[in-house]
Amino acid sequence: MSMSRRRLLGAGGGLALTGALASACGSNTGRDGDDHAGQPVIEQWYHQYGEPGTEQAVRRYADAFDRANVQVQWRPGAYDQQTAAALLTKSGPDVFEVNGPTLDQIQGGQVVDLTDLLSEAKDDFNPAVLAPKTYQGKIWAIPQVIDTQLFYYRKSMLEDAGVEPPRSLDALIDAAKKLTTRDVKGLFLGNDGGPGVLGGTPLNAAGLTLVTEDGKVGFDDPAAARTLGKLRQLYAEKSLLLGAPSDWSDPAAFTQGLTAMQWSGLWALPQVKKALGDDFGVLPFPQDGAHGAPAVPVGAYGAAVSARSRHKAVAKAYVKWLWVERTDYQEDFALRYGFHIPARISLATKAAKLRQGAAGEAVRYATDHGHAEPLLWTSASRTAYQDALSRIIKGGADPDGELRSVVRKTEAELRRVRKKN
Amino acid sequence: MRGPLTTTTLTRKLLGPQNRHLWFWIFVGPFVLGLTLFTYVPLAWSVYLSFFDAHNTVSPTEFVGFDNYTAMLGDDAFTGSLVTFLVFTAFIVPATYVLSLALALMVNRLRWAQAFFRSVFFLPVACSYVVAALIWKMSIFNGVRFGLANTVLDWFGADQIAWLSTTDPPWYWLVIVTVRLWLQAGFYMVLFLAGLQRISPRLYEAAAVDGARPGWQVFRHITFPQLRATSVAVVLLLVINAFQAFDEFYNLLSDSRGYPPYARPPLVYLYYTALGQGQNLGLGSAGAVILALIIAVVTVVQARWFGLGRKED
Repeated sequence: MSMSRRRLLGAGGGLALTGALASACGSNTGRDGDDHAGQPVIEQWYHQYGEPGTEQAVRRYADAFDRANVQVQWRPGAYDQQTAAALLTKSGPDVFEVNGPTLDQIQGGQVVDLTDLLSEAKDDFNPAVLAPKTYQGKIWAIPQVIDTQLFYYRKSMLEDAGVEPPRSLDALIDAAKKLTTRDVKGLFLGNDGGPGVLGGTPLNAAGLTLVTEDGKVGFDDPAAARTLGKLRQLYAEKSLLLGAPSDWSDPAAFTQGLTAMQWSGLWALPQVKKALGDDFGVLPFPQDGAHGAPAVPVGAYGAAVSARSRHKAVAKAYVKWLWVERTDYQEDFALRYGFHIPARISLATKAAKLRQGAAGEAVRYATDHGHAEPLLWTSASRTAYQDALSRIIKGGADPDGELRSVVRKTEAELRRVRKKN
Repeated sequence: MRGPLTTTTLTRKLLGPQNRHLWFWIFVGPFVLGLTLFTYVPLAWSVYLSFFDAHNTVSPTEFVGFDNYTAMLGDDAFTGSLVTFLVFTAFIVPATYVLSLALALMVNRLRWAQAFFRSVFFLPVACSYVVAALIWKMSIFNGVRFGLANTVLDWFGADQIAWLSTTDPPWYWLVIVTVRLWLQAGFYMVLFLAGLQRISPRLYEAAAVDGARPGWQVFRHITFPQLRATSVAVVLLLVINAFQAFDEFYNLLSDSRGYPPYARPPLVYLYYTALGQGQNLGLGSAGAVILALIIAVVTVVQARWFGLGRKED
């Protein structure tokens, strides 16, 4: 049979269209729903942890659950944005870890109430990290592990410069200046100079909070401007390391000798110990002013269930099984691969690794001086505050004026979220 | 008298003579469908959403009229992002224009290996903005002593510079502008090359006969005026591209905790408002509409100003 050029092109176009439609309709998303050997399929998302072995461990836990086929997704990149976008669709996860959930996610009905999962074990969870996951008496995520941040300092460098580990903000500024040489900077607060990672910690160190327990702005106080203004001094005196190849969460700048002191996470402790042996110590953010106190930020990724899940009951059962009942897995997850404090008080107190040396001190600081970011501190308030902090530190902007603007923004946000109650 | 419209006549009418309409829709239809589904419907939905409160949802909840628009226009961070765009445009448009024109003039004069040099200058266009931004950030312009730029400074005994973290002086502009310049100059060079090759050699011969000196005088009075149409198109594309800047800004300056306010172009700000943790899709939509209107107005005014599409005199 002969075929004209037009007929051939038409057939080709038709085939391509059919193929495209077929592949679009038949793509396997892994969410085909109900039946894998008679079990429901649920999808669980984690952000990509840096510690080797964590991914294999969570897949092992998922495989051990016998009431559902749990498919784990290990997601690199901007995880918080990915989950926020996925929750708008039906193709998102059933169970997911979340650095929150945020108040807007709770008020928007995107996550499921998990209060009943903690009926008996609630008192065993660290209240500092359970509070931001609680709204109107209901619990919206089960804390997995606690992460905390603190200063690492190089003992030998401080001794050589005749500097004591700083116990006040003024002492920290002096120490950073004295420790700065041509090749080594005194302090590393992240490549942006601190606004991103410090958050409300300097305010906590001045005896203030971001949002008070009764839902009001907690830093409408002259002490806030005074403390934030001091951070400018670190930048102006060129005591800060800026532009390091890796940011604050990675201890590389500290272990490579680019800085004498670095703000980083407890998770970095094994790497620091491996690189420097005992030549390091840890400190909380030092207090400022007569009403201040040392401050340590604490936070926890929590396990949440999506309100769009087709298998909410089994997803909740899985969360309860993994993050409430299987304490052996919780301990394994917190301490075997990376270095985190278990969210369960009973597990944290018995863990040998967390009782000695710098790790023991870090856990004590987190217990005595820990502050979690309040649930009412919304994303818009956070952006306004970080922008102001950046302008104060880098641009030398007037702290009073900048903070007045943030207070106005925060009050507007608090009014907005109250209206949705 | 016309008979009743039977199925056969209707089909014939729809298909047109020689089935031309059928073939038109077979080839064009899927693309029109894609364009409608993935561009026009979301666009219309975004405009609709901009009049509603839509936190953490793409479904409208409460009608708020123009509140999102007034909030966005009264937001210092958004207006600041427009200033960032203006500064970026002021740097990148003239820099890219001059560099790409210079490269085109240079390559056009080559008597040998012209194709080789054209390819060499064009190749960076194939590189991803993300990859280029990360190379610039991590190996050339990192702020420590072993970064390439700081190593060179060290040879001359100069102090290290934290290129992306210093606002006084604002060295980050050097990093942002150079990465885009490297990535896009080759593309505009090709446009200028095409323009140069369209200029009639007789014009140059006539200029030579009239005693014009080769070099600057010929360039000013012959080459540059003859490139007017290409220049207008290049400037127009450069301005629109500058408005759409996202990749290199985001990858050079963001970290896991946020983004500094001093170099945040409009798209990065809208990304954080609508798709970041903010998830305020109503407000983000209003910002997108405002930005689209600004781009449209600037483009039309600029095209009118330069007389784009007007017949050559």
